Amino acid sequence: MVHDRFGEGLKDGIPIALGYFSVSFTFGMLAVNNGISPFHAVLISLLNLTSAGQFAGLTVILSGASLFEMALTQLVINIRYGLMSLALSQKFAPSVKTRHRLLIAYGNTDEIFAVASSKNGMVGQFFMYGLILLPVCGWVGGTFTGAVASTLLPAAVRSALGVALYGMFIAIVVPVAKEVNAVRIVVVLALIFSTAFYYLPVLRELSSGFMIIICTVLASAIGAVLFPVKEEES
Amino acid sequence: MIYAYILVMAGVTYLIRMLPLTLFQKKINNIYIKSFLYYIPYACLTAMTFPAILYATESPVSALAGFTAAVILAMRKKSLVTVAVFACAAVFIAERILNFL
Repeated sequence: MVHDRFGEGLKDGIPIALGYFSVSFTFGMLAVNNGISPFHAVLISLLNLTSAGQFAGLTVILSGASLFEMALTQLVINIRYGLMSLALSQKFAPSVKTRHRLLIAYGNTDEIFAVASSKNGMVGQFFMYGLILLPVCGWVGGTFTGAVASTLLPAAVRSALGVALYGMFIAIVVPVAKEVNAVRIVVVLALIFSTAFYYLPVLRELSSGFMIIICTVLASAIGAVLFPVKEEES
Repeated sequence: MIYAYILVMAGVTYLIRMLPLTLFQKKINNIYIKSFLYYIPYACLTAMTFPAILYATESPVSALAGFTAAVILAMRKKSLVTVAVFACAAVFIAERILNFL
């Protein structure tokens, strides 16, 4: 089964766009409060389309660090996208040629990757374009709104919106973990690893980018060795 | 200078996303690599969510309320939007109660 309807992608992108709006609103606000112009804040959001990377990038800009430090910071924080792109490359229908891949790569965020991988069967380029469009609008629009009207949302609402994207992740992982034994074990492993990396001395010194990579690779590798999946499942 | 920063930032981020997507176009047949890739989304989303979610709101207690609400609804296979909205609602209510106490 190939998902390749633009409309289906658009529809799946709506919740992502809403979640992005609130996160990038915060980014826009933060950037402007620190002296970045609204135009530059919007440009950063349009060109990067990544939350953790942008917040970290903002810190680098404000501290006046070197371009090399900027490149290294982005590499470490965003290297997980490399893994996601690798997994996504196996999800594409044969119709997704190199020129499409060059464009789709721009929009491979955590959430877009999550939704694309949650589809049964393969995905085509038109589904991906649809899926990417609204989240980009939400991300850029949220940045702009946050930048120009930084007091629009009360703090209580902003705090509550903080879990919106995590809620989506949970909605993707939990149902599969409930049904498939092997996935449940991989998820529990990832949970144990990430908790260890977050709280244990020495381990917690690692940046969150590296931490996510190491936990993902460890848990997935153990899962692959213990429970190699058969053709029809993947 | 700000444009140099923005360019480096965007360039590195794009290359990380683009290279694996264009270099690995063939279907991988090795069962272990396929399994590894099949597990990546679940492992990755889990590692990104927990424990980071606990620090995404005003207090870990309200975040835990949101997390619990999300897991319960996800167990019942509710849609992405439903789970996300109710997780936010749980955080909002928990924080109002916390402020009241």
